[in-house]
Formats: sequence, C-alpha cells, structure tokens
Amino acid sequence: MIPTLEIERERAHLDAERENQREHWDGSAADGRVYRPGELDLSHKVILYLDDITVSFDGFRALNKLSLTIDAGELRCIIGPNGAGKTTMMDVITGKTRPDSGTAFFGQTIDLTRLTEPEIAHAGIGRKFQKPTIFEHHSAFENLELAMKADKRVRRTLFASLLDDERDRVAEVLRQIRLDQAADRPAGLLSHGQKQWLEIGMLLMQEPRLLLLDEPVAGMTDDETERTAELFTSLAGKHSLVVVEHDMAFVEALGGKVTVLCEGSVLAEGDLATVQADPRVIEVYLGR
Amino acid sequence: MRTPFTLRLFQSMPRGGWIALAIFAAVAWIGVPVAHLALPESHPLHVFAYTVSLLGKILCYMVVAVAMDLIWGYAGILSLGHGLFFALGGYAFGMYLMRQIGRDGSYGAELPDFMVFLDWKELPWYWAGSDSLLWALFLVVALPGLVAFVFGWFAFRSRIKGVYFSIITQALTYAAMLLFFRNETGFGGNNGFTDFKRILGYDITSPGMRVTLFALSAALLIACLVLGRYLVTSRFGRVLAAIRDAESRVMFIGYNPLHYKLFMWTLSAMLCGLAGALYVPQVGIINPSEMSPANSIEIAVWVAVGGRGTLVGAVLGAGIVNLAKSVFTVYLPEYWPFVLGFLFIVVTLYLPDGVVGLWRKLRARRAAAALDDASAAAGAGLSAAIGGAPAEVPATERQAARSTADTPIAKGANA
Amino acid sequence: MFGPTKRQWCIAAVLCVLMALAALPARAALDPALVQGLGGDFNARVAAIDALGVAGGDEAAALLDALEGGRLGTVDGRLVVIAPDGLRDATSGEALAADAGAATRITVNNRLRRAIGTARAALALSSAQPAQRLAAADTLRENASPALLPVLARALAAEQDDAVRAVLRYATAKLELASPDPALRLKAAQALGGSSDAAVKNLLAALLEKRGDGAAATWVEADAEVRAAAAASMRAIDRRIGLAQTAGTLFSGLSLGSILLLAALGLAITYGVMGVINMAHGELLMVGAYATFLVQGAFRSHLPEYLDLYVLAAIPAAFLAAALVGIAMERLVLRHLYGRPLESLLATWGLSLVLIQAARVLFGPQNLELANPSWMSGGVELAGGVVLPYNRIVILGFAAFVLVLIWLMMQKTRLGMFVRAVTQNRPMAGCVGVPTARVDTLAFAIGSGVAGLGGLALSQIANVGPAMGTGYIVDAFMVVVLGGVGQLAGAVWAALGLGIVAKFLEGWAGAVVAKILVLVFIIAFIQKRPQGIFALKGRFADS
Repeated sequence: MIPTLEIERERAHLDAERENQREHWDGSAADGRVYRPGELDLSHKVILYLDDITVSFDGFRALNKLSLTIDAGELRCIIGPNGAGKTTMMDVITGKTRPDSGTAFFGQTIDLTRLTEPEIAHAGIGRKFQKPTIFEHHSAFENLELAMKADKRVRRTLFASLLDDERDRVAEVLRQIRLDQAADRPAGLLSHGQKQWLEIGMLLMQEPRLLLLDEPVAGMTDDETERTAELFTSLAGKHSLVVVEHDMAFVEALGGKVTVLCEGSVLAEGDLATVQADPRVIEVYLGR
Repeated sequence: MRTPFTLRLFQSMPRGGWIALAIFAAVAWIGVPVAHLALPESHPLHVFAYTVSLLGKILCYMVVAVAMDLIWGYAGILSLGHGLFFALGGYAFGMYLMRQIGRDGSYGAELPDFMVFLDWKELPWYWAGSDSLLWALFLVVALPGLVAFVFGWFAFRSRIKGVYFSIITQALTYAAMLLFFRNETGFGGNNGFTDFKRILGYDITSPGMRVTLFALSAALLIACLVLGRYLVTSRFGRVLAAIRDAESRVMFIGYNPLHYKLFMWTLSAMLCGLAGALYVPQVGIINPSEMSPANSIEIAVWVAVGGRGTLVGAVLGAGIVNLAKSVFTVYLPEYWPFVLGFLFIVVTLYLPDGVVGLWRKLRARRAAAALDDASAAAGAGLSAAIGGAPAEVPATERQAARSTADTPIAKGANA
Repeated sequence: MFGPTKRQWCIAAVLCVLMALAALPARAALDPALVQGLGGDFNARVAAIDALGVAGGDEAAALLDALEGGRLGTVDGRLVVIAPDGLRDATSGEALAADAGAATRITVNNRLRRAIGTARAALALSSAQPAQRLAAADTLRENASPALLPVLARALAAEQDDAVRAVLRYATAKLELASPDPALRLKAAQALGGSSDAAVKNLLAALLEKRGDGAAATWVEADAEVRAAAAASMRAIDRRIGLAQTAGTLFSGLSLGSILLLAALGLAITYGVMGVINMAHGELLMVGAYATFLVQGAFRSHLPEYLDLYVLAAIPAAFLAAALVGIAMERLVLRHLYGRPLESLLATWGLSLVLIQAARVLFGPQNLELANPSWMSGGVELAGGVVLPYNRIVILGFAAFVLVLIWLMMQKTRLGMFVRAVTQNRPMAGCVGVPTARVDTLAFAIGSGVAGLGGLALSQIANVGPAMGTGYIVDAFMVVVLGGVGQLAGAVWAALGLGIVAKFLEGWAGAVVAKILVLVFIIAFIQKRPQGIFALKGRFADS
C-alpha cells in the first residue's frame, strides 16, 4: 500500500548512517540531525528538543521563539494562562501544525517537523486531547485494540487477528484504567472520567516513549484525579510525560518540574514552589 | 494462535446470514433459471424475460448500493459520484460488446456504427484490445479503480471532507458526463453504446444468456456481501469506522487515514465497475446519462432508505426504491420525481437509520417491553417478598438494550 | 455580336455619364442624354442605370421604378413611360399622341435588376433615415461598380453614422483595390489599416494570394509595394480585432462571474450560517425566474404600456417568491437536520427534485423565453463584430448593486452582525443572546431571495425552464469553496475570477474541456489552500 513511504524510510535510514559516520552533530539544535523514525536516539538523555519555534496565525503569534527540552523519563508539567500556546505546542510536536520557524527533534535524530501525524505516532509520541477523543461506537476493548502498538498499514490490518498475548495486554490495560467491567460497552456510553481514562489507556497501548497529556483530569472526580496522579508518577521513568494542566493540586501531586508558558514562550521553569514564587508568574496569573 | 483466514471469513457472518445467502443463491442459481427456461409461459411460476432482466438490473444496483454503503456507511464518506464508476465499468464492457457486433451493424463495417457515422477510419488507440473479453474484464475493474485512486489520492491527501468531498465528487461525475457527451471522445456521444448482439459469440438476447447474466449478477452480489462483511468486521473495518468517528485520534495512534480511505474508496469504485459491466448487457444500452449527478445521488438514497452502516440495509434499500421506481414509471411516471424527492426528505428527517434501523428499534422496543413486564413481575414479587424497591438489575439491562438500539453503528456517519 | 450601332450606344452612354457628372451640383431635371442609354443594348442600359444612381434625385428614382416595373419603352428611339392613360416622354414628361401599343417595352433581366438595386442603393444613400442609408450601403458593399465611386465619396463626406461610414469605407476600398491604378490601390491598402473589420482583412488577404500553380503562379496583386502595404494593414487589423475579442471574452467572463456571484452570494450566506449546502439553491434561481415570467405576463395583460418596466417590478417579486420558498424549506426541513450536513445534502436534493417537478407540472416542461425590455436589448459593438449586449451590462451592474446591499446588510445592520456571529461561533452566539433560530430563518430567507434575484438576472439572458437551476449549484458551491466560507470578498473574487478563467479556457479549449480544467484547478487549489482564498486561520479553522 505504501511502498513510497518505505523507500523514503530506507533512504532516510541510509542518510542517517552516513551522517552518523561523519559524526557531524555538534550538540547544537542546528543542522545535521536526521530523520530516522523508529530509532529513538536518547544518547544525550534528552527526549524532546524544541528550539526557537514560532507559529503565527494571521499575524497572531501563538508560539513566539519557544525553546524547551524534556529529559528522557521526565514528568514535566506545563502551566500557563489561556492562550499561552500550550495546545499549539502540542500541535507542533505531533505534526498537526507546522512551525513557521524553529526546529523540533525527538531524541537526537528524529526531525518532527518533517513527519506526518501517523509517522510521529509510530516514532513513539502519544497524545491525549483536551476533550476526550475516543471512538464512541467502538467498545472500550476495541478502542484499546486499535491503539495497540502494531503494524498499522492497510495490508496488515486487513488480515490482522488478535493474538492471545495481545488480548492479555489489552486486558491488563483495561484493569489498569479500571474499565475491565465495561470492556464491551460502547465507549460513547462511558462517563466523562471513564472516557478520559480510556484515552489514557489508548496511549498506554501505543507504548509511546513520550506522552503528551492535555488537561487529563478535567472533569474527573477527586478520587479519579488522585488515581490518575498515581498512574502518571508510576509511568515516569520508563516513559517521559508532558502534562498540561490547570489544576494546581494535581500538578503538585505529580511533583515534577514545572514550565510556565506565557504568550507563546517560556516564562519560568523549576519546581512548583519556585515557579509559584516567581514575581513574573504571579503577575501573569493575577494581573497587574 | 492465528486463526486461518477462511475460518475468519466464515466467522465474520452470523449463521443466519449464511443461511439467507444460501437461500438467495439457490433461488438465483436454480429457481429463477428453471422457472424461466424450463417452465412453459402458461405456467403460473414462469418468470418472464422482462422480469429476469429487471431483477438482474436490480441485483446490479444492489451491488452498487453495497459498494456505496462501504464507503458512506462505514467510512463516513458520502460520494455523489459513484454513478461515474458504475458507468465506467459499463463503458469498458460496452466496448467489448460493440466489438462483438462485428459486421452486423447497420453499416456492415468493421468499426462500430457511430465511428462510421463520424467518418473515422480506424479505432482510436484506447480501443486497442477491446475485442478481448479478458482485457475488457480487466478494464472493467482497472478503469474505475484508477480514476478513483487518482481522484481519491488528491482529495484525501488535502483532507477534503464532508460536504466538500461530496460536492467535488458530484462535479467530477458531471464533468465526465460532459466529456462522454462529446462525439470526439470516442464513446458514441449522446447515444452511447447499444444494439449489442453477442458475448463470446453467444446471442445476447437468448434466454440462456439472460439467465447466465442474472446468475452472474447474483454471484457478484453474494461475493460483495461476503467481502463487505469480512471487511467491516475485520480490524480494517474498525479502523475505518474509527476514522469516520474521530479521524484525528486515528492519526495520533499511528494509522494513516489516507491509505485506509483510499483503499476503501478504490475498492468501492471497482465493485461499482463490475456491477456496471453486468448491468450493460442486461439493459442493452449505456450512455452518458448514467453519469448524471442525479443518478449518483439516487444511489445514496437507496442506502439511506435501507439503513446505512448495515450491508443488508443497502441491499434492501436498492431493492425497495428500484421496484417502486419500476412500478411508478409504468403507471404514474409524472409522480415518480415527487415520490423520490419526498423519499429523500422523509428518510433523512424521520428514518436516519432506514428500514433496518426502524426494524431494530421496533424489535428493541418489544424486547424492552418484555423486560419491563418481566421486571415488573419480578419487582412485584420482590416487593411482595421484602417490601423493597423494584429490582435494579433488569432496569440497567433494559437501558443497555435501549441504548444499543439507539446507537447503531451508522449514527456517527456525519461526525 | 456587337454591331457598330451598339458600340456607339455604349460610347454615348459613357459620355452621358461624364456629362452628368460634370453637371451634377446644378442639375434639377434629368438630362435626356443621360437616360437615352436605357433604350440601347444591355451594356448601355447598365451604364445608364449606374448614371441614374450617380445623378440622384426623385426623377431618377421614378424612372428606375418605371424601368423595373416594365413601364419603360421606346417609340422610334425615344424613351417613353407607358402609363395607363397613354405614353409620356421619359425626360420631359410631356404626353405623346402615339398609342400605347406602339411602344416597345424595355425588357428587364436579372443583370439589369441588380444594377437597378445598386442604383437605388446609391440614391438611398442620401436618405434621411440612417437605417435606410445603412441598408443601402450594405447593398453597395457587394455590388457597387467603379462608376459609383464618386457617389460613395460624396456620401462618405456627408455621412455622420459610424456604422454606415464603416460600410461605405469598405465598399470604397473594395472598388479602389480593384482599380487599375497602382497608386490608388496603394492608397486604399494603406487606408484600410485603420479598419477593424474582419471582412476588410479578407479583402486584403485576397491580394496576397497567388494565381496559378508552381513557377507560373502570379500574384493577384502585381505591385509589391501594394502587397507590403496590404500585409501591414492586415497586421494592424488583426491587432485591433484581437484586442476587441480579448475585451469581449473578458466581458463575457465578467458576465458569467456576475451570474455566479448572484448564485453564490445566497449560498455563501446559507452555508456560512447553517453549515448546510442547499442543493435546492439552483431551484431558488428557478423560482425567481418563474416569478419574473409571471410578472411579465401580468404586465402584458394589464399594463401593456409599461411593459418595459416589468423587470423593475420583478425585482421584489423574484426576491419575495424565492425567500418564501426558502423560509418554507428552512422551517420544514433544514431546521431539523442541524449538525447533519451530509443528510441535509440529500434532503435538499429531494427538495430540488420536488421543486423541479412542481415547476414542470405548473408551467409545463418546455423552456420559456422572456423578452428583454427594449432598453435592455441591443448592445455596444466593439471592433471585429464583438458585441457587449446591454442586458449583460445591466446584469453586471445589478450584481454589483445586490453585492453592495448585502455588504451593507452584513456590516451595518444588527441582523448582519448576528449572522456574522452565528457564522463564526454558533454556540457562543447563542450564549450571548443571539436568537439563533430566528437568525437562521432570516439568513436563509435573504440567501434564498438573493438566489431569486439571480434567477431574475438569468431570465434576461437565458431560457427559463424547470431544470434551469441544476447546473448552477455546483458552480456556485465552487465559488464558495474558493472564496472561503463566510467571506463576502472571497466570493466576489472567486466568482469573477472563475467566470473569466472559464471563458478564456472555453475560447481556447472548448466548453467541456474548460469545465474539466476548472474542476482540476479547484481541486489543485484546495490542495494548497483548503480554507479558500480568504482563509480563517487558527484554532477555529478546522472545526
């Protein structure tokens, strides 16, 4: 179905090897890194580089020279007032929006600005939307089955059948997100919190290296929120997580480093207490 | 353990479905041929030539409806240009039929009559090989497939969706119609192809050929249904429906919707092409009006009437509408456009899931009513026993029964 | 065959012509010598007839009438008019004693008749009516003989009407180019460069051809200098005609664009507000056109003296008729399909089927042709036969007028503000108190009414029939797609641009191929800019 893509990958792979042999890369986020999906290079312990990214819509700068790095295994919270560019940043990372300028690299070698959304997903980035986006007419089980890490080309899916270990994997995640009782229910009938969990579960099935979570606990009960925080902290280390959230209690519970975005660029960075004490942050949140 | 493909093909349809298909096959392959060929005309069970051809024609329409349902009902892409693929298949086979006329045309020339009329001296290059049945069969599938692939590639790549896509497909078939209306295009202009004489040397009007074509149409429909059923129950089908419901989510979990849509779109066009190829010899004519936008949009209404998102609905819809059309055009021709027009309106307003949806709803209501009775009885018994509230469990079950009835798979086709 | 006497007659006739020319300005009565040739042989008669044409005057006309009517004869070589009450002398008009039977009637054959026609035309050149002069000039353009050159020159000097002058100039040039004098031919070839008539170009082209085969071939025009002048003049004419044709194509493109705009404006509003493609939008054009037809009928039977004004009265009628149908459609069908765009597509298609069939039942299936009011018929003629018809010019202005009205409504009124608000964000508009349901209905009514106006415009340039609107929905939708949803300015650019591109492509590749190319272009365009020329960008863009 997609031979051109394969050829492209093959070529890119060869290019990458050639580049590596030259040892061209010097640590700056400039040229020299190449596109090589499927092989995440974490040799510098950094999983995501955003450098000098600018995105504008009709003159309005949604992102303004944004630079940000996420370490491998890190759990990072992003906060910021409305319109700070949090969602646009996720759009750039997942390939939905192309930046006007700047570079976005996944690991050392994968240039995100050159990949399509599905390719980025294959490379190992999973995304949860602000509004829970699941397949309402599929059962919870099927939702997870579709998200499962697998060969997702047409030819394969046409003849794919669920193997026993795959079935176990789905069942495991269903337990993890506490939907094992609702496995066969159409996802559209789940409660709002359950839908949020289901979407997180789909992310887990993808086995991504980096999870982008846009307001994951919106609409959850306190109990659910608490369990979500537990889940996320347990994932950190093996996965890297970027959580956009307004709920400060939740951010505090996660306990990671916090980045404050404002008007499209980073305003402050550090642990929550430091950031909250920063006068600029206070000004942004409380007004002058 | 990987399940063998044949077994999964078999498992994709419930037993009732296979039985229904078997009955249909028996009627189409044995019943109708016997009734047409063996029984004398005076016999009450004799099937007349007109009826065989009419039914054969409707079988072809049913195939088109299934193809349309696969792309609209399951992938959420409303095509208003499927008539084009049907007509392309018809034209591709029509070329072969024209060549089979040989020197029996009214000019007695080697070239088809319309070319003689245009004073052409030789066949245009794209008629090369048209005297071979195999080549014709190849074209029947390849031509609509190619057109659909190229068009779909550009349309889906630029993420043209919803009504935009629908209107552009309509413009596509309209443009093609204009092209085929021209004499210079080399497909007979206004009149198209007609006056066919034979296939593989056999007389096309003979009862045997009529029954053969009918049986082939039935076989095509059965094959389409089995294939369609397999597709929609496979993981591929689930991805397709997922694209319909939330395309961006599908992309972010790593499927490329372009390839899925393109595959289904092209396959659907090819099925239409096959149906068109069987349609032409049974009707005896193909002309550019088959490509008119009105024809294509009518296909959508067949599916809508039957209930989109269910293969049996597509088949039923095509049957109901076309039988009604045959009756009306014979007895009340001036009222048919009114009937068809109101059918469009009524179905979209009041029967969003078509006849099948209506039937399901009624059945679910009856089931719910039965549950109500049961729970009332149980509740009464319980209350009598412990003096408490009516039992909880049947109520949720009832709710589940209702909600599944209310959310058939097609609901989200517009999302 | 020619005997000496006949030759003498000929010479006499030519002499007569020359004398007549010399005597021209002062002449009142006919010179007997001038008409004497009529009694001679055919050549003499033709010469005499030409001379009469040159001479002009009522007597000459009367004499030509008598000749054509077979009432001219000779008695002993004397030219007489045979009247019912006896014979009269042709020149002096004095009655003669001789019996009518004594006269030999002059027979008139086709050649003479042609000559008479030409002479009459020459006479008519001095008519007071421009139409008669034009008809006369047209006759001369084909049949003039060199003898008439002076008449043409005289008429050209006195003529005020451009159309007549153009024909006269052509006739003169044709005669001059055939002249044996190379200097005259050269002058003519050069002068013709100022023309913009395709026929003149053909005349010049004929000079540049060769007669005979191979080496023996000779130029039709022997003089090389004349040939060069002719070639230069041809180039000048080509340039002028090309320019006029480009202008003409541009104009018909604008005209098509204005119709598309009227069709698309309404669609842009309804699509923008409700997110629904109204497939019956073309039928609203049809409703407007039939309303115009009914208004015309009413004027014809009740106010025939004001028939020319029916178009003005049809403006509110067409608007209201289409708006009412639109309101009914919105209330009865579309309102219930909100948020289901694909189903709306099907339902409105059903509506269009019903409307078409209803029109067929009410008005019959045949096409009706509406008469343009007199002030809309005719047109401005450019060079090379390119005409810009008044009705299309009026429609262009009308479209601009409607556009301004819509713009004012959208920008300056409260309803317009509501409509824009609902287009951008329906739930939010509802939250801040915009009565979205009423806005829907009103917007739909206005959009439909504008389509009705489009139908009115269409009725002035095309036939009115039940299926007249079906072809327009796709084109109108393309305009909306190209322009960007909810963008008035985009719709204008897209409509005019599409119209002009389509017309130029049509001239280059034919209507069908043009249609296909336009479609391909639009698909390619959407690849690059999915949101239209004037895109809404940002977070709301893909919702």
